[in-house]
Amino acid sequence: MARIELDLAHAYKPDPKSDADYALLPLKMTFRDGGAYALLGPSGCGKTTMLNIMSGLVVPSQGSVKFDERDVTRSSPQDRNIAQVFQFPVIYDTMTVAENLAFPLKNRGVPAEQIRQRVGQIAEMLEMSHQLDMRAAGLSADQKQKISLGRGLVRSDVSAVLFDEPLTVIDPHLKWQLRRKLKQIHHELKLTLIYVTHDQVEALTFADEVVVMTRGKAVQVGSADALFERPAHTFVGHFIGSPGMNFLSAQGENGQLRVQSLEVAMPDGVSVPEGELKLGIRPEYLGMTQPHAAGSVPAQVRQVQDIGTYQLLTCDVAGVLVKVRLAADMPVPPVGSQVWLRVLGQHTCFYRNEELVA
Amino acid sequence: MQLSLEQVSKSVSGEVHLHPLNLALQPGQVTVLLGATQAGKTSLMRIMAGLDVPTQGRVLVDEKDVTALPVRERNVAMVYQQFINYPSMTVFDNIASPLKLRGDRDVATRVLALASKLHIDMFLDRLPSALSGGQQQRVALARALAKQAPLMLLDEPLVNLDYKLREELREELTQLFASGDSTVVYATTEPTEALLLGGYTAVLDQGQLLQYGPTAEVFHRPASIRVASAFSDPPMNLLPARRNGDSVVLDDGLQVPMALPATTTSALVMGVRASALRVQEQPGDVRFAGVVELAEISGSDTFLHVHTPVGDLVAQLTGVHEFELGASVGLFMSPAQVYVFDAAGPLLMAPERTGRAV
Repeated sequence: MARIELDLAHAYKPDPKSDADYALLPLKMTFRDGGAYALLGPSGCGKTTMLNIMSGLVVPSQGSVKFDERDVTRSSPQDRNIAQVFQFPVIYDTMTVAENLAFPLKNRGVPAEQIRQRVGQIAEMLEMSHQLDMRAAGLSADQKQKISLGRGLVRSDVSAVLFDEPLTVIDPHLKWQLRRKLKQIHHELKLTLIYVTHDQVEALTFADEVVVMTRGKAVQVGSADALFERPAHTFVGHFIGSPGMNFLSAQGENGQLRVQSLEVAMPDGVSVPEGELKLGIRPEYLGMTQPHAAGSVPAQVRQVQDIGTYQLLTCDVAGVLVKVRLAADMPVPPVGSQVWLRVLGQHTCFYRNEELVA
Repeated sequence: MQLSLEQVSKSVSGEVHLHPLNLALQPGQVTVLLGATQAGKTSLMRIMAGLDVPTQGRVLVDEKDVTALPVRERNVAMVYQQFINYPSMTVFDNIASPLKLRGDRDVATRVLALASKLHIDMFLDRLPSALSGGQQQRVALARALAKQAPLMLLDEPLVNLDYKLREELREELTQLFASGDSTVVYATTEPTEALLLGGYTAVLDQGQLLQYGPTAEVFHRPASIRVASAFSDPPMNLLPARRNGDSVVLDDGLQVPMALPATTTSALVMGVRASALRVQEQPGDVRFAGVVELAEISGSDTFLHVHTPVGDLVAQLTGVHEFELGASVGLFMSPAQVYVFDAAGPLLMAPERTGRAV
């Protein structure tokens, strides 16, 4: 078990000049011993590069990787004592489930009695106890992937377990059960777990802290709640949530606010930052109000969608389309009508140069 | 164009892929084929396209029998899961190919218009392999649209894209389909995607067409337990129950009062959508006490899995909510939001829909 500290940058080509030349821009980050982390972002964001640097498959072009203060920048995955689980099952088909789970322990010369105990414990957690004597070859793809997960978790002395999109092959209906298993296992074993995914549900459900990445940059590290309520960067607002956060241009001047050049009546006791801003508000928090209510702007209803469990309005605020999520039992205005939307409230975020300022 | 299937069925070497079905597509509208993998979506589409001949039954286009007419003699555009383009042609030539084949004038103008609609106008000189997956699929979509075929078939076109890209493209597609120039058939496994596309939905399960109608109507009034299960994400909570006068009684003796229609059987199933379950109590609520199994967080929603004496339940809560695994929790529901099915399958009662356009 280890605390992992990164202070590095990585470019795959020599002599990087602009930001675009870096797969990972300079970053400093600490992964707590025993923490559950997710690296989340679209393809090409640098999350797999970061994982490979931690595992030792890639040496960063500058800076260092430390495990519990020990510099391991150039150490192999074996030296770092890392366990890894990949997208597709990596198991021995001819071995039984028990032999597969025992393999990483046997390799390290763990005494037979300890192996028996640990294999029993892991199989129990993964609900595979009844399958221990079955040959892996006869199992379904998701059963095989469960063995892979088990093999990743079986050693109690690892520095960290790294997962690279491990639930890709799992049937959608079974995914939640495995997410639950992983979460339970983390609570019981207290291993340092790092999980790479482009799936927000997986990341937000699994991790205590999610590292959101875009274009080689970690733009926020935080809990699911923080990423939803207070996105530190406009990308996080956009990427987390479906649909993502709405953004409107705004100008603060002498305590007054214009949104899309529309004058907003200021509610009592509300202050706004000065200067050129972006106002961010999630569809869940963008409510309809009385005309000219404090903190609101007028908008035209463009589209009304019944999404079954809720209703989604698309509205035009002075040329920018925003989404409004309404409860299924709320009356909805007809397409073409004018409504007033409350853009200023406790859930409103302000951004300058894409970074959260208030 | 009016496409009708009459008593169409398909068997391949003795195995039934499609049971006999009748389906008349709404002309100029989107029809979503909704069903799990192996439900028969692709089999049905291939028959609609003319790629396959049904084992029995007839395919009619504007009342003309085209059952045996091969695909190249029909006017159909198709888009598949995989991004299929001509690899040695530029993006421009890919989009232009159906126009040139037809000997259209103004090819360049049309290509440019389509490319800018799909935000690929800056890539016209590139080869498809130089584009990202999302951009490649946009090229395939643009080429299909260029064909201006009266029938457009899309087989899970967004399934291989990141969810944010999927969100974006789906929105653009709905706008393109709205012109009503083509009859569009769109296959998906995802209930939410069907709801976002709107239009009409045909629910397929194990080779059977279960229900066809306006998407929101099928969702809100599923004809049977099977439709309700197929058209619900997360799955509808289904609880075995029996009738006792004017109440539905659950297995643990919990009574849910409601005005049931006359039934011939007392064996019922109570259906509760995840979105009908809350953690805050309201007057008149029914309460389920249970233990948290997992809180799955998608960002916009939290899906709370709870183990209760009447069975495992899933509640959909708006926003991010964190729950400890194993914590006690009460779920609340208004009896007015309950579906009641005959245990044999048919719908007996659906909740009143309150949130309709005013």
